[in-house]
Amino acid sequence: MSTPLSTADVERVAALAQLELTDAEKQLFTRQIADVLHYVAQIQALDTTGVPATAHVHAAQHEREDQPVPSLPISTAVAEAPDAAPEAGLFRVPRVIGG
Amino acid sequence: MTITGRSGRDIRDDIAAGRVSATEVCRAVLARSAALNPNLNAFNLIAAERALAQATDVDRRRAAGATLGPLAGVPIAVKDNLCVRDMRTTASSKILEHYAPPYTATAVERLEAAGAVIIGKTNCDEFAMGSSTENSAFGAVRNPWALDRTPGGSSGGSAVAVAAQCTPIALGSDTGGSIRQPASFCGVFGLKPTYGRVSRYGLLAFASSLDQIGPFTRTVADAALTLGVIAGGDPHDSTSSSTAVPDYIAGLTGDIRGLRVGVPRAFVSEGVEAAIRHAFDAALDTLRSLGATLIDIDLPHARYAVPVYYLVCTAEASSNLARYDGVRYGYRAASAPEHGLQEMYSRTRDEGFGAEVKRRIVLGTYVLSAGYYDAFYLKALQVRTLMRRDYDAAFERVDLVAMPTSPIPPFKLGDKADDPLQMYLADIFTVSANLVGLPGMSIPCGFDGSLPLGFQLLGRPFDEPTVLRAADAFERVTDWHRRAPELDTN
Repeated sequence: MSTPLSTADVERVAALAQLELTDAEKQLFTRQIADVLHYVAQIQALDTTGVPATAHVHAAQHEREDQPVPSLPISTAVAEAPDAAPEAGLFRVPRVIGG
Repeated sequence: MTITGRSGRDIRDDIAAGRVSATEVCRAVLARSAALNPNLNAFNLIAAERALAQATDVDRRRAAGATLGPLAGVPIAVKDNLCVRDMRTTASSKILEHYAPPYTATAVERLEAAGAVIIGKTNCDEFAMGSSTENSAFGAVRNPWALDRTPGGSSGGSAVAVAAQCTPIALGSDTGGSIRQPASFCGVFGLKPTYGRVSRYGLLAFASSLDQIGPFTRTVADAALTLGVIAGGDPHDSTSSSTAVPDYIAGLTGDIRGLRVGVPRAFVSEGVEAAIRHAFDAALDTLRSLGATLIDIDLPHARYAVPVYYLVCTAEASSNLARYDGVRYGYRAASAPEHGLQEMYSRTRDEGFGAEVKRRIVLGTYVLSAGYYDAFYLKALQVRTLMRRDYDAAFERVDLVAMPTSPIPPFKLGDKADDPLQMYLADIFTVSANLVGLPGMSIPCGFDGSLPLGFQLLGRPFDEPTVLRAADAFERVTDWHRRAPELDTN
């Protein structure tokens, strides 16, 4: 699969990733990522029929009871937000609905 | 030898014996770091006041006759992608430029519990994405052996801080070679532990199935000492292993007679610069002269390591970096209220992330997207299994695998900055250890003119003792690691 990458592909994917790219970035990334995709596509020639996927090596299985334990105070956890209201235990964001 | 040229272990012993105070040591390393940093740009932050308070505490504890930890008074620098409570932690990204985390990474917490003095945060490629430390939002780091060259990356600042004797020990993180490659470029030791050996809690995530924290040092004993402190299970990281932590120092016997060292001849014969090939061959001769047996091995899928790595790491990065959206911490772009939340997200991410991070997010999102997932991401995970099987088969016959750390010596700043694929290809020898989860150590083994060269030893999972024992035996009969760059501190 060596589908050529178009600027429209980059725009579509950038939107999925919540990235607003400049026109110059779109042009540059299209070329550079196409180069990388062309190179990595060599693995598609390998026969991997029946080979399981390795997403994680030596994945330790740590399960514990779902018990509440002490954690950061809410006021501390939100204090680093760009628009924090620590005394209320909240952070503010731009309007989500309505307008 | 001046204080700053000593190993961490010697510094600890000198402090314990009262030959020098922790405060004197701390002042010496802070002065050297401050003097050199304008030229090297190794540190994003030198935490002088906090470090001196920690050193004073060590001196007070010693005066009071209290038991001192295994790193009492030893200065350590940490890569700026490791959280330290209330200390600016940026991952060298504009998006975290003013971030001061409310908690400390487990590895750093363990260093401090052992008495270490944290002297500052080291510069790196943004979110550890790069092989030259040129992708830092705060400027490139310079190689102390040649200021117009890269120190490697992504933990370039940590490698330079140790090579330039600003600190005997520094922590880095290694996702595809980010400890080992800069260690080789700077002429120091760099150890990437087995995946799961060190807790990743508090390490700003790049690729969660590959990231691992480890030390840069000027002696193998210091690497063993540091690993012994930071290794071990952690309830805060479900991928950390509770496998018992051995006494790494006690394992440094100097005896590697009968050790079987595998050499993947076909894999290392292509595209390796002559100076590195010669230094590598000489390193193998040294291992043989110490009583090791060299055995040719085949790693048939190793040539696919770079494609597999850049598919897996970008996919994971695109997911991990979704959290930086201008809401809970970090930078938020200015946008008119009527533009709403979506625009705030996408502007924040465009303005806050640098080019390489954005490139990897786009690539990673692409290979995970409908229609491409099977052909790229899933395929890469299958080839990753084949790579694991190669190493499993090799480790039936050998105890260690040896190869160069990098196919090229330290290159000039700017040389590869505009060509990401060329930069990626230079990671050929380091990324396998991350994909397979093996421990690996880069060891100084020569020079190309004034430029340091290194080779690496990879071991079986959790067999850091054998890696360290071989590195230590090599260190005892060579002196590459004793050379220091000449630097003007005036």
